[in-house]
Amino acid sequence: MSGATGPVLRLRGVRRAFGDHLVLDGIDLDVAAHEVVALVGSSGSGKSTLLRTVNLIERIDDGEILLQGRDISDPRIDADAVRARIGVVFQHYNLFPHLSVLDNVTLASRLVHRVGRAEAERRGLELLASIGLADFARAFPDRLSGGQQQRAAIVRAIATDPELLLLDEVTSALDPELVGEVLALVRSLADRGTTIVMATHEMAFARDVADRVVFLDAGRIIEDAPARQFFEAPREERTREFLTRFRA
Amino acid sequence: MTDSTDARTATTDAWQPSTIELERRSFRRRQTGRSVLVSIASTLAIAALLVWALVGSPGWTRVVETFFDPQVAIASLPRVLEGFWLNIQVLFFASIGVVLVALLLATLRTLRGPVFFPLRALAAGYTDIFRGMPVLIVLYLVGFGLPGLDFFPRMPVAFWGTIALILTYSAYVSEVFRAGIEAVHPSQRLAARSLGLSHGQTMRRVVLPQALRKVTPALMNDFVAMQKDVGLISVLGAVDAVRAAQIETAHFFNFTPYVVAGLLFVLLAWPMIRFTDWVSARMRAREQVGSIV
Repeated sequence: MSGATGPVLRLRGVRRAFGDHLVLDGIDLDVAAHEVVALVGSSGSGKSTLLRTVNLIERIDDGEILLQGRDISDPRIDADAVRARIGVVFQHYNLFPHLSVLDNVTLASRLVHRVGRAEAERRGLELLASIGLADFARAFPDRLSGGQQQRAAIVRAIATDPELLLLDEVTSALDPELVGEVLALVRSLADRGTTIVMATHEMAFARDVADRVVFLDAGRIIEDAPARQFFEAPREERTREFLTRFRA
Repeated sequence: MTDSTDARTATTDAWQPSTIELERRSFRRRQTGRSVLVSIASTLAIAALLVWALVGSPGWTRVVETFFDPQVAIASLPRVLEGFWLNIQVLFFASIGVVLVALLLATLRTLRGPVFFPLRALAAGYTDIFRGMPVLIVLYLVGFGLPGLDFFPRMPVAFWGTIALILTYSAYVSEVFRAGIEAVHPSQRLAARSLGLSHGQTMRRVVLPQALRKVTPALMNDFVAMQKDVGLISVLGAVDAVRAAQIETAHFFNFTPYVVAGLLFVLLAWPMIRFTDWVSARMRAREQVGSIV
């Protein structure tokens, strides 16, 4: 842990274009340990792409991404090893339908982190029990509701104790009455000190749980402020415009 | 979750079907009964028509004598069975070979990046050639050509027949595998890679298991096709069921041994077909919540 005192994640001038379309236009962002950062902005503002570049699923065209002080955007780095240190949860859960819920949760521990099956399953069951899904450990994901699937996906992402957790609009695909259970789980992770970067459309939740809110528009960071200040006294005109659309 | 289950059991105890439900049930029963009667009647009618046409044909007795002679069938059975055992052995080794080679080909064709171009091109060329070439020609070329290279001197012809079948069928099966691999949603690969799984681990543990499930019916179709084509090794001179039947036919001046061999192939294929249906139905039931349509 070389950067124990520095930020867990640091982005410097990150740029990414799809053809002529500039999706990330020089992003600078620091995320400290135990910090929860919410990325907000309208669809197409670059939130998801930003998360994907951090997880090395998306290449960047310029800039640097540092995880614990080490440049992970360097093409010489072992991308699999980096991804293994970062947990990701997707909008559509992406659980593996051919594996039981428990196997979904323990797969990375067993294959990537070389934890024995017994130990991995003990930990997996413990985690599933903590979110009330112990009864579904041997079931296949299709038997679960959307909210249960998303909570299982979150547990899958944290089962290997990642240094950083990325949440990509984890409630956007859920029925309104299932959003609460997923947000409650995210909140409990935040309370336990997990470092989280989340793209979200849930403004009330961002205000409630995030330490900092970052507003993206057309690939640029327009405003980066503590959550309270962001919602109560935004500095930028464009932030105010964006927020009024949610207040209606 | 447990609460709702309890609530459901509690209501079940007191619940009696309503008159509407009872009426619907009796309608469904009547409907089923009628369908069964109609299908029995139509089956009988068609069977009767077929029997009447066959038995009534002028050459019927002659055909029965030359193709369905029970004595010849019993007399030729041991030899044909002995030959059939060779077919089963060839089928066994060819199946294993086909799966291995086809998986390799399919994986090669899904590799990305310019470095792998030669491998991709090689795999593509292989499938193009062996899907296009008639099995018989592959059999002749491999069976009579390859032994000349003296790589494996004095191997039985059944060995070369097996190689030929592997070459042809792995080309077909690799395309089935590839279709299956491409049918797995990219988000599955994404999720696996995000967990830190390598490309190989992602293929083995996430993509291939799902791909195989999607293509099981198509794979079984190819397998049953190959079950029949193992009979073609007889053209190389191997004494398999077809060849044995040919010898017995010449011996008895009667075609019944061919029918015996043909029935043996059907008997071999039939349980496999039923088994596949059962396996795919079970997998569907396990992973998906059912519905009536």
